[in-house]
Amino acid sequence: MTVEVDGIRFAWKPGQRDVVDIECFRVSAGERVFIEGPSGSGKSTLFSLLGGVVSPREGTVRVLQTNLSRMPAHRRDLFRADHIGFVFQMFNLVPYLSMLDNVTLPCRFSLLRRKRVRSRAESPEAEARRLLDRLGLDQHELHGRPVTDLSIGQQQRVAIARALIGAPELIMADEPTSSLDEGTRERFLEVLTAQCDEMGASLLFASHDMRLSSMFDRRVSLIELNRAAPGQPKEPT
Amino acid sequence: MAIIRLALLSMLNRRVTAGLTLLAIALSIAMLLGVEKVRRDARGAFANTISGTDLIVGAPSGAIQLLLYSIFRIGNATSNISWESYEDVAGFPRVRWTVPIALGDSHRGFRVMGTSGAYFEHYRYARTESLAFSEGAPFEDVFDAVLGAQVAQRLGYVLGDKLIISHGAGEVSFLDHDDKPFRVAGILAPTGTPVDRTVHVSIEGFTAMHIDWKAGARIPGLTISADEARAMDLTPKTITAFLVGLDRKISIFSVQRKINEYREEPLLAIIPGVALQELWDLMSVAENVLRVVSSMVVVTGLLGMLTVILSSLESRRREMAVLRSVGARPLHVFTLFMSEAIIFSLLGAAIGIALLYVAVLVGQPIMSREFGLHIPVELPALEDLWIIGAVVLAGGVAGSIPAIRAYRLSLADGLSIRN
Repeated sequence: MTVEVDGIRFAWKPGQRDVVDIECFRVSAGERVFIEGPSGSGKSTLFSLLGGVVSPREGTVRVLQTNLSRMPAHRRDLFRADHIGFVFQMFNLVPYLSMLDNVTLPCRFSLLRRKRVRSRAESPEAEARRLLDRLGLDQHELHGRPVTDLSIGQQQRVAIARALIGAPELIMADEPTSSLDEGTRERFLEVLTAQCDEMGASLLFASHDMRLSSMFDRRVSLIELNRAAPGQPKEPT
Repeated sequence: MAIIRLALLSMLNRRVTAGLTLLAIALSIAMLLGVEKVRRDARGAFANTISGTDLIVGAPSGAIQLLLYSIFRIGNATSNISWESYEDVAGFPRVRWTVPIALGDSHRGFRVMGTSGAYFEHYRYARTESLAFSEGAPFEDVFDAVLGAQVAQRLGYVLGDKLIISHGAGEVSFLDHDDKPFRVAGILAPTGTPVDRTVHVSIEGFTAMHIDWKAGARIPGLTISADEARAMDLTPKTITAFLVGLDRKISIFSVQRKINEYREEPLLAIIPGVALQELWDLMSVAENVLRVVSSMVVVTGLLGMLTVILSSLESRRREMAVLRSVGARPLHVFTLFMSEAIIFSLLGAAIGIALLYVAVLVGQPIMSREFGLHIPVELPALEDLWIIGAVVLAGGVAGSIPAIRAYRLSLADGLSIRN
């Protein structure tokens, strides 16, 4: 199992109302899961919990058989660096780093990902080039240009390369297509899923665009999964 | 290491703001170090100006005033002392040598000092150095002059040239001793002291210039030519001050007391080192004010840096979230902002030192010409390293404010910016 979530509750501040309350959630190795839910249904918070950025108030979060809820914060940060790749909705890139530096960034924080890169390529830069190639980014044309000059579609693809470098077991994408136009959206998703398959990574993909869900093994509605999500029938207020 | 590289790249990305901030810090550090350097070098130059003289004797005024006009050619004597007193003191037991000093005239802005040949023998500077002649020799004739190195260089005099002494110590004088020109008999090697800016004439020549003068003006109807003067008794009636050397240092206080208690005429004897110390005490107030002002300038520079980093914080929250997502710990974010402050301070200090060297190189001839102060180009002193260390530390303290804020923000934000 890549992800095992059991009975978690989470509030951003002690005393505030829970924003996540999930009984059970599983993702198996290599599985592609589409997570559907409107904004405010706790998607980003769930991702923060799975990524070990925050810890649940109750319950356990296991990623790759490792109990994140028992780990101190700095170990969770290291775990995230080693095993998880993120793609956000927008502004994924560090503006002052080059395209290649952005892609190789996780290798600077994770020894494990650096090692894995070494096993398949000469250097993180070579692996970054290979990935960017696969994602259809013309590096000759884009070479030396600040990443802020790239189109949003291009930036999102650089972000995929960064998430995938060093083959982390879990990729989480938080509405990565919402700022893309119709045509690039499909293409983006194809590239993302193909690369996850090639790397053998599980993919958690959050979006409210139901048309994309056909490309996934499974669809999960956060409104149903997260008992703390607004719109829940049993929510008193 | 990766974080420092990120900090550098981030600063490079904001090069205009970062550059201006850096410049402000560098200028403030250059100023602080410059003030310290001038202070140190001025002290060194003053301390090196006179040595080997045990007592300076003049008319009663302040010890500092006597020291300033007799040795540093700053200010003027209020009154003179008589030649008889000079001869009496010269005959005191334990007195090994005396050198008379007569002041009050000038030559094209340089002070003229009447003295005896003994001056070139006994005057010492920089602890043990004695005056050396680069050309010529001490006075042979009544109307001989020996020029300080700077006088000769600036006015382009060579041996044998004639010069006219002006009455009074001002830059421009309308009263010249044009009837009694002096001949350049010797030129001294540079010393880095006021000696370089002095025209030395024989005390007899100095007396001869004033033989037909009274109360600062020519006596009407009386003209005595240079040759006539030669034949007259040129023993001065009064002198401005004199230097005293003793045969035993241990007698300094007893001889000083004896001179100060001299009954025939009120006299003031000072110990050069003690008077110099009094001068430092007097100057330390001004020095401290300068130090405080330049420290405030450094603080202002660092506050500017603080403002720049703090104001960039908000727009960099997204970047912090991205760094967190790839595994950066909040501590990494703290280090990122902290490194920026440290880089600003260190680079600012390095550029500041470079600016100071440029300023010293450019300012050296001006300082030497205008103030007779030689500012050597040398490696930063140990105190400078302390100052730089303190500035970098202060920069770190200032930088910790945005760094702690960034740490908190990144901890609260996690992967998405929350308000």
